[in-house]
Amino acid sequence: MKKTVLFSGNEAMGEAAIRAGLKFYAGYPITPQNELTAYMASELPARGGIFIQSESELAAINMVFGASAGGTRAMTSSSSPGISLKQEGISYISGAQLPAVVINVMRAGPGLGNIWPAQSDYFQATKGGGHGDYRLIVLAPASVQESYDLTRLAFELADRHRMCVMVLSDGILGQMMEGLTLDDAQGPLPLVEKPWALTGCQGREPNVVCSLYMKRMDVEKHNLFLQKKYLRVQAREPRFAEFLMEDARLAVVAYGSMARIAESVVRKLRAKGKKIGLFRPVTLWPFPSRHLAQRAARVKKFLVAEMSYGQMVEDVRLSVAGAAQVGFYGRSGGGIPTESQLEGAILKLWEKGRR
Amino acid sequence: MTRRYARPETLRDAPTHYCAGCGHGIIHRMVAEVVDELQIQGQTIAVAPVGCAVIAYDYWRLDCSEAAHGRALAVATGLKRTHPGKIVFTYQGDGDLAAIGTAETIHAANRGENLTVIFVNNAVYGMTGGQMAPTTLLSQKTATTPRGRQAALEGYPLKISEMLALLPGVYSVERTSVHSPKEAQNARRAIRDAFMNQMENRGFSIVEVLSMCPTYWSKSPSEAARWIQEEMTGYFPLGKLK
Repeated sequence: MKKTVLFSGNEAMGEAAIRAGLKFYAGYPITPQNELTAYMASELPARGGIFIQSESELAAINMVFGASAGGTRAMTSSSSPGISLKQEGISYISGAQLPAVVINVMRAGPGLGNIWPAQSDYFQATKGGGHGDYRLIVLAPASVQESYDLTRLAFELADRHRMCVMVLSDGILGQMMEGLTLDDAQGPLPLVEKPWALTGCQGREPNVVCSLYMKRMDVEKHNLFLQKKYLRVQAREPRFAEFLMEDARLAVVAYGSMARIAESVVRKLRAKGKKIGLFRPVTLWPFPSRHLAQRAARVKKFLVAEMSYGQMVEDVRLSVAGAAQVGFYGRSGGGIPTESQLEGAILKLWEKGRR
Repeated sequence: MTRRYARPETLRDAPTHYCAGCGHGIIHRMVAEVVDELQIQGQTIAVAPVGCAVIAYDYWRLDCSEAAHGRALAVATGLKRTHPGKIVFTYQGDGDLAAIGTAETIHAANRGENLTVIFVNNAVYGMTGGQMAPTTLLSQKTATTPRGRQAALEGYPLKISEMLALLPGVYSVERTSVHSPKEAQNARRAIRDAFMNQMENRGFSIVEVLSMCPTYWSKSPSEAARWIQEEMTGYFPLGKLK
């Protein structure tokens, strides 16, 4: 049975995780994601899972490491400064190939910044915030419904690829409330076999979960193995959404909250007869590069809009590889672009080189 | 009763990388013996530290997880909470447990996690080349205290076991040593007790084991054992703290 309820983005991610089959959550208080931790505290133990408020972000991510090493679906969540603290654990989780989900409800930085929404952790999320050559699958929801859907997908992808998957939300998406359609017929994700998990070696050879390879060449082999996996993920998992792109001459590229603002502006400009569309990456890694490159054969102008001072724009430039003009508009540090500011930036690029 | 002097089933037949006179080999064996004796090999999950014992899983025939430096008790918490029926223990050195992992140690203890902790205190960082540890004694020379540890500059050796004994969530704290056969036998008994405590769901148990590091103490193995008796046990008295 389907029902639509009013939910905040933070709580939607928590509900999605529990319904997907999450059995272990550890978190530490930080704004603007506190509703998620509180939701887990009230819901998870009552629904067969374990909740721990950890002493630190470091402890939380390492508890997730332990739970996942034991074969249990595990997650932690935080916001930007807390995510920085988790980078050590994320690197170890990636090295040990443990499935795990990390939610980042982004706020403004650098440093303590403030508690207002931002998208300035794109580099950290997509380029590897911890040490070593590893990748996270990064999913960027743009609504409360998608916060739910992509959190569920995150668990599926984590299990499928034995990777850490990050859901990259932001302070707007986390806090805002929208209708969320829940389908009670949708059960937990099927359990995948985890023959590598630590459960006690009764009846089999002992398992070891580690990222350490004392012999130099073994680390290189391990890295090559990881790179092959990342190539498979890049081939298989890019996701994106498009809005009015069929005949667009200019495309706005935006994700998350920024894409919501961009959608309104695109609609407004269409009403004025301007052929403008929206390309919205849903996976920030793997970035939908090939798809964007195909669009660049036709769309000659891209305006990248972010709540940062230009992070995703680098991936857009790499993707179109000079085949189209790439402009940028962004605000960060807690400043949220208004529709008219974005409209101004789009029109500037639209008019550029005309006449 | 039959007495066996064979290699414990839980100890792999592998040469260790430890230096001559190091205490880790003895303590590894004692853990393996206890696991055999309690017949929990198939139910036990070990968490190895970062430090000299980082590849303990090459020596134990046990399911084993690595943990980032200092995070063993957070990893162990995740494992034990999701596998409450298994026996989970950490094996950590002084730098891992009492410096970089102090927060994880204190809070796992304070939550009363039903875990067993083997805390090997050799008053020095071995793997990285003999730097000052939180438990380095006053006036002890290390790579980073070349003139000897001075309280005014580096503070005092940290008595973390005494600190943990204060916490109501902690069930058992005992300081032991492996510098003599007699003390080693007592350490083995304490390790057995700490595993038994977990099997009986009594909560957090920690066994501190004073252990020799002849290499970074610049002593012969026998001098190192004597140094524990004469110097270390003065500051870190042996016995049951809780």
